Amino acid sequence: MDLATVWFILIAVLWSGYFVLEGFDFGVGMLMPVVAKNEGERRAVLTTLGPLWDGNEVWLIVAGGATFAAFPEWYATMFSGFYIPLLLILLALIVRGVAFEYRSKLSNLKVRRRYDVMIWIGSFLPALLWGVAFANIVRGIPLKAAPYGNILYDGGFFNLLNPYALIGGLTTLFLFLTHGAVFLTLKTSGSIHDRAKKIATPLGIIAAVLAVVFLVWTQVAYSDKAATWIMVVAGALLWVGAIVAHKVGRDGWAFILSAATLVGAVAFLFWVLFPNVFPASNDPSLSLTIYNASSTEYTLQVMTIVALIFTPVVLIYQAWTYWIFRKRISADVIPSPDEGSLDYPEERPSVQVG
Amino acid sequence: MDVLDLSRLQFGVTTVYHFLFVPITIGLSFLVAGMQTAWVRTNNEKWLRATKFFGKIFLINFAMGVVTGIVQEFQFGMNWSDFSRFVGDIFGAPLAVEGLLAFFLESVFLGLWIFGWDRLPKKLHLATIWLAAIGTMLSAYFILAANSFMQHPTAYTFNSATNRVELTNFFEMLFQDTAKITFWHTISAAFITAGAVVAGISAWLLVRGKSPDVARSTLKLGSITILVAAASLAWSGDSQARIMVEQQPMKMAAAEALYETSAPAPFSIFTIGTLDGSEPIFSLDIPHGLSLLATHTLDGEVQGINNLQAQYEEQFGPGNYKPNIPIAYWGFRFMIGFGMLAAVWAVYALWATRKQRTPKSKWFARIALTVPFLPLIANSFGWIFTEMGRQPWVVFGLMQTENGVSPTSTAGLVGTSLAIFTLLYGILAVVEFDLIRRAVILGPPEEVADPFLVDEETGERPLSITY
Ligand code: HDD
Ligand code: HEM
Ligand code: HEM
Repeated sequence: MDLATVWFILIAVLWSGYFVLEGFDFGVGMLMPVVAKNEGERRAVLTTLGPLWDGNEVWLIVAGGATFAAFPEWYATMFSGFYIPLLLILLALIVRGVAFEYRSKLSNLKVRRRYDVMIWIGSFLPALLWGVAFANIVRGIPLKAAPYGNILYDGGFFNLLNPYALIGGLTTLFLFLTHGAVFLTLKTSGSIHDRAKKIATPLGIIAAVLAVVFLVWTQVAYSDKAATWIMVVAGALLWVGAIVAHKVGRDGWAFILSAATLVGAVAFLFWVLFPNVFPASNDPSLSLTIYNASSTEYTLQVMTIVALIFTPVVLIYQAWTYWIFRKRISADVIPSPDEGSLDYPEERPSVQVG
Repeated sequence: MDVLDLSRLQFGVTTVYHFLFVPITIGLSFLVAGMQTAWVRTNNEKWLRATKFFGKIFLINFAMGVVTGIVQEFQFGMNWSDFSRFVGDIFGAPLAVEGLLAFFLESVFLGLWIFGWDRLPKKLHLATIWLAAIGTMLSAYFILAANSFMQHPTAYTFNSATNRVELTNFFEMLFQDTAKITFWHTISAAFITAGAVVAGISAWLLVRGKSPDVARSTLKLGSITILVAAASLAWSGDSQARIMVEQQPMKMAAAEALYETSAPAPFSIFTIGTLDGSEPIFSLDIPHGLSLLATHTLDGEVQGINNLQAQYEEQFGPGNYKPNIPIAYWGFRFMIGFGMLAAVWAVYALWATRKQRTPKSKWFARIALTVPFLPLIANSFGWIFTEMGRQPWVVFGLMQTENGVSPTSTAGLVGTSLAIFTLLYGILAVVEFDLIRRAVILGPPEEVADPFLVDEETGERPLSITY
């Protein structure tokens, strides 16, 4: 296998990791108003993400960096072409991260409710837009060649909002919602657990319908490989398995299977794409492929060595964190939920200096 | 403004903003790790209280560093896509490696540190903050190596068929002189900044009588950090200046507003007259100073702006090869000036608190709270000088900034995103400043239960819920 193919696969792995890990962050963020009814419950829900979310987000940063390093043309054309969706995603991630970290600092409940809205929007937008973006890549986008040879995006923003891509967006949205509910079922106990458990099944069924439409549409309209049908079927089976496992109370298996479905979905999209990375819808000769978009052999070699050494290390210590924080969390562990960690006692109002 | 100006402004605004949090994260992670180590080794509760207090400030700051960093990573592709195409073969690698080696380390182990007080054994918990701190340093190295390639391209060949630069030796690129010395200088700047945060806040606490036992020790820790870092900055800055004379002589000439090649060249401390120093009415000079700084000889020749302009026109064709001279000139001075002011204050603070003395003056306390801002200002000017002094090049000698901008960008698009980022960043600055202010007013906790002591009855340790 040539190194360009290896890197194509590695980037697919990074995106799978990102969808699996931040997928449940997004789901939990959106489900918070549904599964948590009081302040203690809300804080318990957020505590399930607390030690994990930043490490999960780094998968995106590394996916971006790896794309830049291995396929600079792809990185440049895609990031400048998808300007508005990426801007929205960036804003969402900023607002969400800050809200996570700052929400419980002060006891002001009104401010906390505002942070809750920010967490919701910050989870909703990327969950939807990643699907829209990936669907558009698979579908192909209008590209043009600049006079000096660079390949540029040649469509506006609204071009990205076609029905197929919107189905793609809704698919990731509902997959992440379900994945989040399954995660909460696994990680919480008490009332949060019960609500999450209840809602996961209907969400999973909606996601299943959307996913079947999206995957079959993708396969029929955009795949030139019969073999990718395997992934459509595998994805469907894994998802059914996840729902069944969830139903019978095998929370750990449900989570593993829904994670596997997400991996399968990303693998499917990348397989359909291969060997293109950014196909042109208007003129196939303009398509960016793993060959014309990649870095030089030397850079790929260096990157391969680095990735081979360090990816396992990262996987080990990240998995270890999940192990350390495996205990279920419930609202009772939050001793005085309304208290903020930065409230200073009012009897010490002497804030002036001197 | 056109797309180019807006993209530059956006890059400048978002990067300088990111770099307000970065040095605090880097420096404070080590200082907090040091405080926790002191507690583990001496069992003196005051160090645990210090750890908890500065740890809180560190985390408020860290959140902002993270969310603003992601913008940087995406921005190369969004606004500077032709730059990304041109250097991708070289520039992407350190960025990707940074993520894999450094960002995972930082984020995962900080998560463990924050939420692991009640789950990890004592020594292991201590190790997590050290690993996170090492992560911040690794991250700094890789990003600065990438930046150093833009200042001084090495280990590359130009492929005229693709019109791209290609990497020839990864390690040579990673460990070139420019990267090493820039790293040293920037890390020192991070320590002076974190030292000023710790010392400034501690001095205020001391005067206000809040946990004076903690504040006295951390004031000392912070002040000494400032002083060591300042010495290290002067030393590394001096080395950078000499490298710059070789690699980017125009930047040095601009930094000194030296128009004609001179030997010996004086060092201008400041000048009154035109902003760009071209017609000084009054200027305070150290004779031979610049020659000494740039060449380490009293009479060494330093090239002037006009001579370099002529030389570059010959080499690269007609054009303007001068950076913005007032900014380079004053940026250089403000960097040194504001940074060294912090060092002066640190000397004074150590003197004022010698032998258990406690200053009573409310002005001492007020001024102390402004001290953290001094290195922050110096940092920003240091970067503005470094980056704008390189203009018109984005990759020195290889690509001009105007050729790096995304061809698909429009002024409307970039202008809108610039406006949104500015607004959002402005709001976030207010929010985070308010939180830090509250944390400071709250002061270190009066007492902390030993987080590693197991309760005899329940067999559990005190909970460490932070969300
Ligand atoms: C000298 C150091 C330095 C410099 C010049 C930069 N950064 Fe930075 N960055 C850090 C040092 C750092 C850090 C200390 O590692 C941070 C600060 C707070 C943090 O969480 O990590 C960080 C955070 C941070 C993050 C979030 C990491 C996470 O989620 O944990 C990203 C994606 C970037 N940075 C990317 C960039 C890019 C693309 C830069 C170039 C313009 C850049 N940074 C300049
Ligand atoms: C790896 C690190 C960095 C890279 C790759 C980088 C790259 C760039 C690029 C592409 C531009 C736009 C072109 C230009 O106008 O000069 C720029 C400008 C700028 N950068 Fe950097 N930069 C880096 C780090 C930093 C840091 C850490 C700062 C400081 C906080 C900084 C400050 C600036 C400023 C102020 C500008 C605007 C200059 C101008 O408008 O002329 N840069 N840099
Ligand atoms: C005697 C004191 C100092 C000297 C001679 C000095 C010299 C320099 C030089 C020559 C550069 C430009 C490097 C380049 O463009 O390649 C630089 C950059 C910089 N300086 Fe300083 N500096 C001094 C003090 C400080 C202080 C006190 C701070 C901060 C508190 C600081 C922070 C920075 C930063 C953040 C940069 C940009 C990063 C870099 O290029 O290293 N410097 N300094």
